[in-house]
Amino acid sequence: MINIVFLLLRRLQGPLITLILTYAIAVLGFVLIPSTDGQGHPAPMSFFHAFYIVSYTATTIGFGELPNLFTDAQRMWITFVIYLTVIGWMYSIGTILTLVQEQSFKKMVRALTFRRSVSRIVEPFYLVCGYGDTGRALVQGLTQTGRRAVVIDQNADRINALALEDLDIKVPGLTADAGKPDTLILAGLQSPYCAGVLALTENDQINMQISISAKLLRPELLIVSRAQTSATAANLASLGIDYIFNPFTLFSRILSHALHSPSLYALDETLTSVPHEHCSAPVDPPRGRWIVCGFGRFGQALFEALSGEGITCTVVETDPKLATCIPGSVIGRGSEAEVLLKAGIGEASGIIAGTDNDTNNLSIIITARRLNPTLFVIARQNHRDNDAIFEAAHPQLVLQNGRILAGEVYAAITSPLVVDFLRLAGQEDELWARTLHTRIRAIAGEFNPASWVVDVCEKSTPTVSDQMKTGAHITLADLQRDPLTREICTSSIALLRKRGRDYQLLPNPSDVLAHGDLILFCGDRTAARHMHWLTHNHNTFRYVYTGEEVQSRLMSLFVRGKQRKETRTE
Amino acid sequence: MNLEKVIFAFFILMALTLNFGFFYGDIDNPAHHNIYEFFGAIVVNLVATVLKLGDRSHLGAVLLATSLVALSQLIAGAFVWGIAEHVTMVGLTPHVMASIVSLSAGAVLANVVSVVLLVSDTLMGRR
Repeated sequence: MINIVFLLLRRLQGPLITLILTYAIAVLGFVLIPSTDGQGHPAPMSFFHAFYIVSYTATTIGFGELPNLFTDAQRMWITFVIYLTVIGWMYSIGTILTLVQEQSFKKMVRALTFRRSVSRIVEPFYLVCGYGDTGRALVQGLTQTGRRAVVIDQNADRINALALEDLDIKVPGLTADAGKPDTLILAGLQSPYCAGVLALTENDQINMQISISAKLLRPELLIVSRAQTSATAANLASLGIDYIFNPFTLFSRILSHALHSPSLYALDETLTSVPHEHCSAPVDPPRGRWIVCGFGRFGQALFEALSGEGITCTVVETDPKLATCIPGSVIGRGSEAEVLLKAGIGEASGIIAGTDNDTNNLSIIITARRLNPTLFVIARQNHRDNDAIFEAAHPQLVLQNGRILAGEVYAAITSPLVVDFLRLAGQEDELWARTLHTRIRAIAGEFNPASWVVDVCEKSTPTVSDQMKTGAHITLADLQRDPLTREICTSSIALLRKRGRDYQLLPNPSDVLAHGDLILFCGDRTAARHMHWLTHNHNTFRYVYTGEEVQSRLMSLFVRGKQRKETRTE
Repeated sequence: MNLEKVIFAFFILMALTLNFGFFYGDIDNPAHHNIYEFFGAIVVNLVATVLKLGDRSHLGAVLLATSLVALSQLIAGAFVWGIAEHVTMVGLTPHVMASIVSLSAGAVLANVVSVVLLVSDTLMGRR
């Protein structure tokens, strides 16, 4: 990139030298030509006056003020000078303007502005590669919770869309190939404030390149990568990438959670969504026969989820090669009534519209509903722009690539214990999940709750750590007290405690904390703020723990003075 | 032989010679210092500076720096001259002349460094 600066300077040499020489000739001519003071007495023109006249002539300003009236010889010279310098000046200005307009120059200026805005970020930020539906939803979630992000995408339209987006915090964006290490470095990969790299492009190859570069350049960073195929996922796992998300595996997990226990699905949705989205209600898919339309990666993933729960399905697929994999499959698009009837839509209890084309999926939903109005419909939504029509078609469950992936990534980077929690919760029964879901809904209202992790250690909870050193027994409930009125409990629930290698689901509030505990909480945003407050402010924590108010020195002097005055008046 | 190199060396050397020619003489005697030579020195120094633009090497950077130093000294001299003649109207008194010539002496030094760098680089290249 610096090369371009030098190239530009070198290309400016021609115009600049032309300018210098034309000026020199013009000025010298004026000084040498004999001139008079207007009354016929000889008065040679000085270099200063000559430069003055040439300056306003060459720039075509034509100021017209002369030190003395011109002689004819001078008039002849200035006629020549006008053509000489104006042409020289125009040529130079023209060349400079062309250089400034050049694509490579503009690109360089954009890159420089981007680098400057990245270097101005002095708090942890996430490097988001790929600004598709996933990247967009994720950046929205991150900025809403006050986290910084930097975006790279190959598509200039998406970066323009980012600039127009109404985000709370400015997010610098750059149109560049994120697969190149130089781009990542430009976007602040080596900055001490870079908190993580999120490879979310639609291209597995590029995601691999990003992950490898990040892993080699900053091994300690959090790296999250998207993988469209299990081969890529395995490859990434062997590199030691922290989180690998395959959207199709996620869909399959969501569906099997939903089939297994509707409330577990709702919990999953609640904890792995970008905040400020409406809570989703539990869904209860029936366990009869299902029809899967579209047997691509999506269809296959859901087919496996259904088979895993012991449910039989009929596959409808246009590609005969794929359709013949499963016996009893029907070849066709699924949007025609004939094909659906052949697949036995009348007796089916559910249908999955899972092609990679949103129009096809909607068409399948409408046709299937007409043939069997009691069907449970799961729709795959490929593009976020189609939100409105998918909502209007009201399928019981919409699986949208971008939104689900964004929620999952968001949970992984903001509260990493969520993944462990969901794994353990999968072993509990429906009643357990329903009770917990009702509790969460009660404290969080209609919006998704915040979830956060408290790490009991010197660095992240200095107040608790200090108290524990004095031998005090601090319980989980102490952390959940309101720092303003200690008798009140904040709206938060402790979901999981990780102590060493042991996990404890829903730890008891009376449990005593130990050093190194990781506790996953969920609750409303105020509760999160309060907990941060009392784990960082010694006075607040002393009040919450012991009940005695600790005043600052100034305040206590004031109070003491007031008390003394009161006793005197008595 | 490379025409580009000839032009480059020509201007760098010319910047020094013109500059030295102007500087040579009694420091406060206007008769020893020709204004046309001064004008020439400024123009040639300007061209030499522009020719040095856009070189990425370390040597290129130092060469550009010496030229910028020489140029700023000469332009300062031109300002002193113009102000003495046209603004304060004191004319070329020995004091003013001495100021201008000493400024150009500084420029000579910078130009000497530039030429030494150029020559030593050429010799290194020949070895």
